[in-house]
Amino acid sequence: MAIKIERPVLKWHEKLYFPAILGGIRVTTRHFWRTIGTWIAGKKYGMVVSAGRVTMEYPEEKWDVPEGYRGAPTLVKDPDGRVKCVACQLCEFVCPPRAITITPEPIPGQLPNAQVEKWPKEFEIDMLRCIYCGLCEEVCPEEAIFLLKDYSFVGESREELIHNKERLLELGGMHQDKIYKWKNK
Amino acid sequence: MMTGPMIAGLWADTVSFFGENMVAVTLLKIVVVLGALLGLVSYTVLAERRISALIQDRVGPNRVGWFGLLQPLADSFKFLLKENVMPAHVNRIYYVMAPCIALAPALLTFIVIPFGNTLAGEPMVIANLNVGVLWMFSIASLGVYGIVLGGWASNSKYPFLGGIRSGAQMISYEISMGLSLIPVFMHVGSLNLMEIVNAQSHLWLFVYPNLFVAFVIFMISSFAETNRLPFDLPESEQELVGGYHTEYGSMKFAFFFLAEYANMITASALMVTLFFGGWQVPFALPESLNHPVTWFAPFVFQPISLVHLLSFFLKILLLLTMFIWVRWTLPRFRYDQLMNLGWKIFLPVSLANVFVTGIWMALRH
Repeated sequence: MAIKIERPVLKWHEKLYFPAILGGIRVTTRHFWRTIGTWIAGKKYGMVVSAGRVTMEYPEEKWDVPEGYRGAPTLVKDPDGRVKCVACQLCEFVCPPRAITITPEPIPGQLPNAQVEKWPKEFEIDMLRCIYCGLCEEVCPEEAIFLLKDYSFVGESREELIHNKERLLELGGMHQDKIYKWKNK
Repeated sequence: MMTGPMIAGLWADTVSFFGENMVAVTLLKIVVVLGALLGLVSYTVLAERRISALIQDRVGPNRVGWFGLLQPLADSFKFLLKENVMPAHVNRIYYVMAPCIALAPALLTFIVIPFGNTLAGEPMVIANLNVGVLWMFSIASLGVYGIVLGGWASNSKYPFLGGIRSGAQMISYEISMGLSLIPVFMHVGSLNLMEIVNAQSHLWLFVYPNLFVAFVIFMISSFAETNRLPFDLPESEQELVGGYHTEYGSMKFAFFFLAEYANMITASALMVTLFFGGWQVPFALPESLNHPVTWFAPFVFQPISLVHLLSFFLKILLLLTMFIWVRWTLPRFRYDQLMNLGWKIFLPVSLANVFVTGIWMALRH
């Protein structure tokens, strides 16, 4: 069945278009000045205004990622400066894209941490393969891998984007936890 | 083919006919005006992008140079360096011809616009034609051939529809556009744009009610003439994927693009000349500032002529801003609404305006 739609009957001044055009221009003018205003407020005074400019100028401005965000995986040290990784290779095993390669090595007997027995001679995470799933962090029995909030790594070569042990430790830094699992063993 | 001696002979004939000075000065004026026009075109594009961005709560191009001011340079390099793709199904000759036909009239029309009074005794217009406005209309209406031809030569349905729309739009608006200006000529008594400007040294023409109506009709028709929103039916990105220039790329597309913006500038310049006193400085300060300069002083630098140039330039900028602002405010008219507006409203109103002006002038005498 046909539905009859009542069209509004326009008055003469509405048919002239001009009031509507001026109304439209008022709206665009308001947006124009508001965008300029919030842009200046943001640039100069660092204010965050909910209305106005919606563009985020990416490399300079970045998102605040939520707590628990899964960014780049890194290796951490404990407060004594010991590399927490014991080269058990569970992360290498669980890693879905097989981005992790670990070369284990026995810790030489004369070192203070010799009772831990093993540490990674080399620890590589290929950031070109990493899918930021966080399984390595979850599987680690020593809490040696933590995911950062950084998600953007830029390099000029493929080699640059394969993070080795040194780089991973540098990114991860020291982790301030109170448990010294290996201290009294 | 033109041989060296032939060109030299032609040059000698031209120089002996016009006089050496005139040829040199005209060439200089052409070079300067063309450069200024194309420079203004590229910065109008930048202004359009920035203003549209701000209206839509965005930021716009701000990376190249200081506040994005070198963006036009980057754009033109991109256009020049892009691969010149020609689709296999096009009519090759017309396909190449169309952008040139679109661009040439856009640049040619500017030659009759007086952009200043005199500078070192030289009138600041390239060609001071007595039929200035007629020249303008006759050349400007050639621009549509480029669009129609581009639509046809592309041999593809969307450009074709764009071309058809352009043709229909042109005949709907050209008539009322021309008729709307007749009251201006009745008022001034001349078609020479320089004289029209001189006639406005005391009062700009748009303040007369009948000429204000003429201005509104002319302005709205120029939107249609320059294919700008709300009348950008030949292009309409949403329905026709770009309309007549869908199949064009690289510099050939840039030609259409340049033509559109050059047309916009010319339309603004014409509106300034006809209704807003051309190069006259507003609020007629001392008499000598706005009065047609009769003291002929060749090669004497007069700072006041720079004020005239600046005044003309600023007025154009204001009208260009209006063009841009309207584009980002109004939605597109439907095909039939556009024809209705052109034939059923503007044509009768502009005709009535001619009669009213005639009666008024008869009563005044």
